[in-house]
Amino acid sequence: MSFDATAWSASSSDVNRAAAPPATSAKGWRRLSSGPAAAKTLRAGAWLAALAVLVAAPLLVTDYVLTAILVPVLALALAGIGQNLVTGYAGQLSVGSAAFMSVGAFAAYDVHLRVPGVPLLASFAFGGLVAGLVGLLFGLPSLRIRGFSLVVSTLAAQFFFVWLFTTVGWFSNDSASGVISAPRLEVAGVDLASPAGRYWLSLGVVAPLAWTAHNLVRGRIGRSWMAVRDMEAAAAVVGVNTGRAKLSAFAVGSFYCGVAGTLWAFAYLGTLEPHGLDLDRSFQILFIVILGGLGSPAGPFMGAALVLLFPVLLDRVGGAVAGGSVDPGVLQNAEKIVFGTLVVILLVKQPAGMARLVEVAWVRLSRRRARAA
Amino acid sequence: MGFFLEVLVGGLLAGVMYTMVALGFVLIYKASGVFNIAQGAMVLFAALTFVTLLEHGVAFVAALVASLAVMLALAVAIERLVLRHLVNAPPMALFLATLGISFILEGTAQLAYGTQVHGLELGVSDAPIAGLPIAISRFDVFAAVVAGALVAALGVFFRTTRAGVGLRAIADDPLAAVAVGLDVPRLWTIAWGGAGVVALVAGLLWGARVGVQFSLSLVVLKALPVLVIGGFSSIGGVIASGAIVGASEKLAEVYVGSHVGGGIETWFPYAMAIGFLLLRPTGLFGRPVVARV
Repeated sequence: MSFDATAWSASSSDVNRAAAPPATSAKGWRRLSSGPAAAKTLRAGAWLAALAVLVAAPLLVTDYVLTAILVPVLALALAGIGQNLVTGYAGQLSVGSAAFMSVGAFAAYDVHLRVPGVPLLASFAFGGLVAGLVGLLFGLPSLRIRGFSLVVSTLAAQFFFVWLFTTVGWFSNDSASGVISAPRLEVAGVDLASPAGRYWLSLGVVAPLAWTAHNLVRGRIGRSWMAVRDMEAAAAVVGVNTGRAKLSAFAVGSFYCGVAGTLWAFAYLGTLEPHGLDLDRSFQILFIVILGGLGSPAGPFMGAALVLLFPVLLDRVGGAVAGGSVDPGVLQNAEKIVFGTLVVILLVKQPAGMARLVEVAWVRLSRRRARAA
Repeated sequence: MGFFLEVLVGGLLAGVMYTMVALGFVLIYKASGVFNIAQGAMVLFAALTFVTLLEHGVAFVAALVASLAVMLALAVAIERLVLRHLVNAPPMALFLATLGISFILEGTAQLAYGTQVHGLELGVSDAPIAGLPIAISRFDVFAAVVAGALVAALGVFFRTTRAGVGLRAIADDPLAAVAVGLDVPRLWTIAWGGAGVVALVAGLLWGARVGVQFSLSLVVLKALPVLVIGGFSSIGGVIASGAIVGASEKLAEVYVGSHVGGGIETWFPYAMAIGFLLLRPTGLFGRPVVARV
């Protein structure tokens, strides 16, 4: 393989120390995890250590890193997990993730606004459920349509919801151009408005959901998704209920996107306008999943970190080279070129994404260590 | 009634403009089974190349020839650098690769040519044709004629020329096509080159209508419902469905949109496309696909 795997693993493990921890857990897109008991214990230990680092992160990094990088990385990674379930595992193309995010955010906002005394996390869950239901609805055409035609269904969702939330004032409590603002971030009487609080809130939502998704895809339902992805006709022949598999993937994936939307709106931005979650955001989430690795549990975290950190890096480097600030328009276009190129290179060289690259690097490293010992 | 007819005809002709973009899709899909989302970016790239050349004082015909050359070179580059490495990759990977290509093209076009809006004058006025009971723009009719000519030319190409028949064979079964000795890379380059030419024509017509600017790459999204309704692999279907989409979207906006706050043009074609698909999953004129295990 001519692609330099080690360079990649270094940069991605820096930027996202623990969300994407030990490379042993990062599997390629057609492999199911297995291994001897010792390896399992080791892996569990690594996960626990990673979790500890993550929980302690507010002590280690500045507020800027927490609120401007870690919180949005967590939110977009969660949306990426949703996209990954639909596209990476079940093989159904969706370009409506941002729409499902906005459905989640607006549903959570409305339930919090109109039903007094709903706890914050319950409104998040409600947002996710409504988004899941909407995702199910827009996934219905997948029962009859296969392949690329399906793209119009999620595109319809994408354009429809931006229009709906901008045009119908009820959803945003009649605010100008449909902008909503976050409710008080309080869980069980603890105020979470501080940077560390918002981070812990995001982590507390994302970590269990990521773990659940990881388990889902290894269970019966996840295997039915992969069977549909790999060969739908064959899956049907061996008795997989393909319709149920596809619909459940859309519902669960959209649930994840919906919860991600509430985090994006409330924990990260503090406010949300319907156009903030447009088609470009959906493409961004799709890129997160491709770059991280379709059908890999750690991929969305790596992808989200790359997508959010890279513009910052490009700005710094560009500023240092040009000796001053770079025109934001130029930067944006440079970013587009680089991401487009990365996507093409990864698809050609390593379709399983960064997660696989890290795994390859890890295996090589441990082989070298074993040889040295 | 006069107003209704005017909206209808205006929509039909606007639909022809969508057809122009959808044609590029069909060309590539028919030839390689690739769903090329970069077609919109190619439209933008072609139009910007042409306009920039014009603004630097290059003569119209010379600029046209140069832009054609650029689009053909682009087709060669895409085949060499991307497609060749993705032979036999799942359709999803090919689609995502074209998404990457479209980002590269959009970024490059705007970096190289700037982001301002360029005016473009093709010498056909947008004024209504005199002596008709309803207002029909001369430019719209011109665009319709060009689209019709392109459709006819492509139809002839796929039916009668060696390359056209070869492309259909590749779309049918790439492995068998290679086995009987077809030069797949060369034919793919021809298909992408053809799509580049279609993109240039579409870019010029759209550019003359709305100005050459970034939003040109978004017309690809308008072309999707057209493509889906017409069927991915039917050239004739695209022109009919373009007219259907254009007319119904304008009629819906005027007669329904006014009751629900307006702006339903953004999503109405997609909703309609879903409706069509539920009735006819292969589109109006598409061929049913037989799955083999």
